[in-house]
This record gives sequence, C-alpha cells and structure tokens, in this order.
Amino acid sequence: MAKVVIDRDKCKGCFLCVSFCPKGIIKKSARLNKKGLNFVEVDPKGSCAGCLQCAVICPDCCIEIYK
Amino acid sequence: MHKVFSVPDPLRKTPTHYCPGCGHGIAHRLVAEVIQDLGIRGKTIAVAPVGCAVVAYDYWKFDCSEAPHGRALAVATAIKRMQPEKIVFTYQGDGDLAAIGTNETIHAANRGENLSVVFINNAIYGMTGGQLAPTTLLGQKTSTSAAGRDKKLHGYPLKISEMLALLPGVCYLERVSLHNPGEVLKAKSAIRRAFQNQLEGLGFSLVEVLSPCPTYWGLSPREALDWIRDVMQKEFPLGRIK
Ligand SMILES: Cc1ncc(C[n+]2csc(CCOP(=O)(O)OP(=O)(O)O)c2C)c(N)n1
Ligand code: SF4
Ligand code: SF4
Ligand code: SF4
Ligand SMILES: [Mg+2]
Repeated sequence: MAKVVIDRDKCKGCFLCVSFCPKGIIKKSARLNKKGLNFVEVDPKGSCAGCLQCAVICPDCCIEIYK
Repeated sequence: MHKVFSVPDPLRKTPTHYCPGCGHGIAHRLVAEVIQDLGIRGKTIAVAPVGCAVVAYDYWKFDCSEAPHGRALAVATAIKRMQPEKIVFTYQGDGDLAAIGTNETIHAANRGENLSVVFINNAIYGMTGGQLAPTTLLGQKTSTSAAGRDKKLHGYPLKISEMLALLPGVCYLERVSLHNPGEVLKAKSAIRRAFQNQLEGLGFSLVEVLSPCPTYWGLSPREALDWIRDVMQKEFPLGRIK
C-alpha cells in the first residue's frame, strides 16, 4: 500500500485531487489551513493504490507519494 | 518506503500566487521535471512572459530572464545566439505569444531559431482581468465580450500553431492539454521533446498547452478541466501538428 503526504498549508483547496482519486480516499477537511482555506487530507483508513493521479493533477505540487 | 513523487528540484517549494486550480502551476512543474530528467538545470535559461506567469522566475530554480510583453522570443533569440551552448526556452500565454507578440513569434519561428517554447493557451487574458484573447472561443463570454465572442465583431479563434506549421524553420509543433492526469503526462512528454530537439540542434519547437483559468472562465477547477475536454479541444484539436 502506498502512502500519500499532503502539504496542508500549501494546499489551495481546488479539490482536483479529490475528484480524480479512483479510491475516493482524499477528503476536504472541515478545518482551515494558514491561508484560511479548506485543505484536503487522506482518510487514514483508506487504501491508496499509488496511482499518482492526485499528485500529477495537483497544480500546487502539495502531494508526495511513498511506496 | 521510498519517495515516488515529490517536488522536482528545479521547482521552488514556495507557494505560488496562482488561483486554485490554475494550469500554470501544473505547467511550471512539468517544465521543472523535464529539466531535472534531462539533467540540464545548470545550463538552462528561461524567458518569462508578461501575464499571470510574469514571476515564473520566482518559482523556478534556474536562470531566468524577463521580457517586455510579447517579446520573449526576441530576448530568447539574443540569449541563444550569444550563448549557443545554453538551453533557452520561453514560457508565454496566448495574449503574450499570439496577440502583442505575434510578430516576434512568427519571425523567430521563421528564422528557425533553435529554441523551445511552452505556449499556455487559456483562451483569455488572465492577468489583466479576463479580457478576450485571440484564442477565445466563439461564444465564449469574457469581460470584453460580455455577450460571447462574435465572429463578425472579433474574428475567429486564432490557430497560431497551425499557422506556424507552414514555416520551414519550425521543426516540432504539438498541442497538448492538462484536463486529466493522463493528458498531463502526455504534455510532459511533448515538453521533453521540445527540449530534446534543442539539445540536438533541430530548430524551433513549440508545445501549445490547453490550460485552465477557472477564475475567468467562471468555473470551478474541475468544471474548467471538463470544459477543456468537452468544448475547448474541439476548437483546438490535440496532437502533433508538425
Ligand atoms: C506593452 C504592454 N501592453 C499591455 C500590457 C497589459 N497586459 C499585461 S498581461 C496581458 C495579457 C496577458 O494574457 P496572457 O498572455 O494570455 O497571459 P495569462 O495571464 O492569461 O496567462 C496584458 C494585455 C502590458 N503589461 N504591457
Ligand atoms: S495515489 Fe491514487 S489512490 Fe492514492 S490517493 Fe492519490 S489518486 Fe488516490
Ligand atoms: S490538488 Fe493540490 S491544491 Fe488542489 S486540493 Fe488537492 S492537494 Fe490541495
Ligand atoms: S487568473 Fe486565470 S491564469 Fe491567472 S492565475 Fe488565476 S486561474 Fe491562473
Ligand atoms: Mg492567457
């Protein structure tokens, strides 16, 4: 299983990663980041396929993936 | 566990000023990844445009110059001719490359300058408030075409890449898009090819990137990508032009 790390303070809450994740494990957070935006977080119970789609589409390079 | 995806070295970790969902951020990363993959960071010089990407030099960790609006290819020509061993590229929007800079674009291409061009077509003037661009689609509403682009009043969307294909100095032209992760990867391959051509001394290469401007299209980031897929690429077909 792969591991996804999201830089929440860099995240602009565009939700493109959310919309492309085939596993549906990236979610909008109810909290706000330093910019005052709803960042996204990975569901700790979700299983990541390591497909990289979230990272490839992220316009702000907020996502790191480990396998 | 090892890292399989992270910020490429030639891209700074600083946050950008771009709007959420803006294609410039993706395109900046692709350029940085290509420079990293080709191992050319120490000898690359970018020429940034006037447009939303005007401070691209704040986001890239390699040498960059700035050019007056539309003149990036004239500045790049001078740099490349003085330092032919450097890898020189321009990064320009549709207003920059295909309106105020049409003259410089056509003549640099016609001279067959050994340069690479990343042309960001978002069918709008982003930086100045969403005015009609040469590439705005018929019917598209902008701040200067509130009722939609009208061919009688504004003419047709300009297909500058197809026009450049007629020039013998041009070696490579491809139109790509950022509307889903698969297309983003294809866009990266095309940008890599444009740089590779320059390394091999083959002449003028340009990659046109259909890129979202959610802010001035009045769409959410995801709707903007779907608009490229469903509408924009019908007017600007993807694939190799030359
Ligand atoms: C000589 C000159 N004329 C006009 C402007 C105003 N201006 C700044 S950016 C721009 C257009 C930007 O559009 P584009 O190149 O498509 O870039 P985008 O912001 O959409 O990425 C214009 C007209 C300028 N800065 N300089
Ligand atoms: S790598 Fe794929 S499965 Fe994992 S979070 Fe990203 S998009 Fe979802
Ligand atoms: S794509 Fe990037 S900026 Fe957009 S919500 Fe996901 S992590 Fe945040
Ligand atoms: S105005 Fe458009 S092109 Fe400019 S930063 Fe915002 S989304 Fe990007
Ligand atoms: Mg533009």
